[in-house]
Amino acid sequence: MSALRASLIRLRGLVGKEFLQILRDPSALMIAFLLPVVLLLINGFGISLDARDMRVAAVIDAPEESTRALLQALSNSPYLDVVRVNDTQEGAALMADGSVRGMLVLREDFSQHLQRPARWPAHAQLLVNATDPNTARILEGYVQGALETWLSGIAIERRLVPAGGVSVEHRYWFNPELRSADFIIPGMVAFVMSMTGTLLTALIVAREWERGTMESMLASPARMGELIAAKLGSYFVLGMAAMASGVLIAILLFGVPFRGSVLVLTLASALFLVFALSLGLFISTLARNQFVAAQVSFLVTMMPALMLSGMVYDIASMPGWLQAITFAVPARYLVSILQTLFLAGTVWPLLLPNLGALALAAAVALGATLAITRRRLD
Amino acid sequence: MALLAEIDGLRHVFPGARGGPGQVALDGVSARIEAGMITGVVGPDAAGKTTLLRLLAGLLRPTEGRIAVLGHDMATDAQAAHGMIGYMPQRFGLYEDLSVAENLSLFADLHTMPRALRAERMALLLRFTGLAPFTARLAGQLSGGMKQKLGLACALLARPRLLLLDEPSVGVDPASRRELWSIVAQMLEEGHADGMGVVWATAYLDEAERCGRVLLLHEGRMLAAGPPAEFLAPMAGRVFRLAVPAASRRALAVRAAAHPAVLDVAMQGDTLRLVLHEGAAPPDPAALGGTALTPAAPRFEDGFVARIAGPAQVPPAETPRPAGGDGQVIEVADLTRRFGAFTAVDRVSFSVARGEIFGLLGPNGAGKSTTFRMLCGLLAPSSGRARVAGMDLMRAPAAARARLGYMAQRFSLYGELSVRDNLTFFARVYGLSRAARARAIADALARFDLAEVAGQPAGLLPLGVKQRLALAAALLHGPDILFLDEPTSGVDPLARRAFWGRIGALAQAGVTVLVTSHFMDEAEYCDRLAIVSAGRIIVTGTPAELRAMVRGPDLPEPSLEDAFIALVARDQPSRDQPSRDHPTLDHPTFDHPTLDHPPGERAA
Repeated sequence: MSALRASLIRLRGLVGKEFLQILRDPSALMIAFLLPVVLLLINGFGISLDARDMRVAAVIDAPEESTRALLQALSNSPYLDVVRVNDTQEGAALMADGSVRGMLVLREDFSQHLQRPARWPAHAQLLVNATDPNTARILEGYVQGALETWLSGIAIERRLVPAGGVSVEHRYWFNPELRSADFIIPGMVAFVMSMTGTLLTALIVAREWERGTMESMLASPARMGELIAAKLGSYFVLGMAAMASGVLIAILLFGVPFRGSVLVLTLASALFLVFALSLGLFISTLARNQFVAAQVSFLVTMMPALMLSGMVYDIASMPGWLQAITFAVPARYLVSILQTLFLAGTVWPLLLPNLGALALAAAVALGATLAITRRRLD
Repeated sequence: MALLAEIDGLRHVFPGARGGPGQVALDGVSARIEAGMITGVVGPDAAGKTTLLRLLAGLLRPTEGRIAVLGHDMATDAQAAHGMIGYMPQRFGLYEDLSVAENLSLFADLHTMPRALRAERMALLLRFTGLAPFTARLAGQLSGGMKQKLGLACALLARPRLLLLDEPSVGVDPASRRELWSIVAQMLEEGHADGMGVVWATAYLDEAERCGRVLLLHEGRMLAAGPPAEFLAPMAGRVFRLAVPAASRRALAVRAAAHPAVLDVAMQGDTLRLVLHEGAAPPDPAALGGTALTPAAPRFEDGFVARIAGPAQVPPAETPRPAGGDGQVIEVADLTRRFGAFTAVDRVSFSVARGEIFGLLGPNGAGKSTTFRMLCGLLAPSSGRARVAGMDLMRAPAAARARLGYMAQRFSLYGELSVRDNLTFFARVYGLSRAARARAIADALARFDLAEVAGQPAGLLPLGVKQRLALAAALLHGPDILFLDEPTSGVDPLARRAFWGRIGALAQAGVTVLVTSHFMDEAEYCDRLAIVSAGRIIVTGTPAELRAMVRGPDLPEPSLEDAFIALVARDQPSRDQPSRDHPTLDHPTFDHPTLDHPPGERAA
């Protein structure tokens, strides 16, 4: 019998065993399918950076007729919800207990000044709850925007053209509706895959050590390469299926558009899975214990994938040394690839370096795993 | 005889934690493994048996020395030998979520067996192991004995030249244990033409007598190697049986141990088994308080004891416990515990008097631990009653538990804490005041010979010392009831003797002792025994009574193991418990000998 043929027979036995185990033991299927779905649902619905229906208190001491149009403009904004209050004290109380996010104050002389803008500019005061600076800035922008809309309405009414002013035309690309879900969900798919991919192999191989089955395998004629190939191959199939279900959830359930090439998506997922599965093998070979393997997997995959992948926190706005660290987090390349494929399309100059980095990560993880797994118990 | 493996000057050291000193598992071991026989690797736990088998399987690289299997150096060329080795690790080593047939075909694939040979070998092994009716059953749902047989079948599948079995008989009931031996003996016969040989590691010293050759290991060193007869020969004329009055056998055992001619004393029913010093004249039975002294056949254990024995140890006297009223200290009536459809403990009743040592004897999964947990108040019974010192521990206040000492199976010590810290911890848990604590710990260190190791981490102690420490911890608060869960499984015979000497002294002082064990030798030390099988007590009696029940023309001198097997088998036909056919993972039951093995072959 040729060596290759013998190797194929052994592989057939090992892969068959893996699939029987996957089908009979619900824990692998749960990690591969239930965990990603639950994580995607929780995070997809839970994490939203959009600020909608922000309540703003309005204290208006100026005469009613001059401010009616302004109030109308504010209320028309889908993001704002205007509450009339009698004085600043009442407004401040509402700010303090968190029932409004900001307070707009128009003094008695607001309309007078508005009539003669050349002599005195009209003053409107906006107080914002800046506990969350991001939301505060968004609120500020929305109120400003509403005021501008209103002012340009007046200008048209009075047939005035701002002298020498600059008019800015906004156009939002890639995510025209400014839906943060479209930005977050693709990153979330990457995050979920980096966690489950590693966890799958880390737990399952550690279990073989715990139950003593690894000892039988090591004492059998199976080569180390065959053992690793069977594990990687079987869980690769499972991982790709999990990845596909994640992508489908993103598109069908969250309505995220997909503008890129499915082939590139498959390639990127495959490279990333080889990395994640090899990392899992690496961890469980060192840990040999399901509890430790699970802890280490969470630590080395979840934290960096959440913090340093650019999924939620923009890498470009991190300090330089932290940006340097993110290059060692393979999840960042997958996040970037997925965001590109989902929102922009197949933009090769952006995809190629990321794909290259993923290939390198996969090669390093696989090589490291092969290097440390010897046919020994010591 | 063909040489299968050669071990030369082997030394294996496991690296210590955090760069500390390593643990020497094997030192200076040289041996030859030959074809056509079972070579027993015999020794108590931590003797280095598993390490030796793993080295033979090429799973470890020796620190020093050389190990060659079929001409291949296992340090560099293990791959070449793996196809010719069948290895059965201690922890079963099969896939529990694969069926019997799937496990077998996985091993057939791994050994790239041709289709025709594969079918032939599988049929043969399924027949030999009696697993043929269960090919579709998941391995995880097999009983303990059947799992071991499947592991054996997988290891034997590819006609290995060298079969390595790491303690296959641990935790298996005595009937299955005998079956394993007969299967291996038959397969050895069958593989004779292939030049097959077997290495069987075991902590049961009685199994050594069934081997062709024995490598006796103790604390990493090889004490001796040779056919079992070589171990027995020097013991000829040195082993005697002393008939004693049953009531005073414990006191007389202590007296006999102090006699200058006596090397070792063991209890056996109504007799004491004496091993004499080399060349010593048999003592006068009257001087030892007995009635008659008759020569007895030496056992392998006697040879082992003679090699490792030091000066005789007399257990320190115990302070008598005040008699707390008359009657039974432990009373169990119709105690039942069900887990779903599975009845783990089925209408168990027994009672234990003050100062009595009572044993629950049965294989793993018979329901001993479940009974124990209910007695300790850790598990609520489904029905029935368990009272300890007149109280139901399920409802009793902590005060009731203060009268109870409990020594768990794996000793439940904190491995990272020193001996003294462990004792301090347990003294605090039992609420001893500062002064009482200091006194109890000083007393325990002196009484249990722990003063020398007081500063050492408990995890690094030899097993026998761990056992002493665990007993010391259980006795810190001076309890008058003692629960022991498999107290001496795996410790060497000397440590076991010393342990039971202490327990005997405690019983003498009025402490009531309840023991569980699957170890027949341990049962000999009990005043009374209950044989537990599949959740029920089959019979209760003194060791002598149980033996008398099965004595007959074909079994003139039955051992307790013979009695156990016969009494369980006698009980089988009357039983009708279909739930036992579907054992779950948590509650492995033991085999129905009548079900998975053709009758008649048992005697072989």
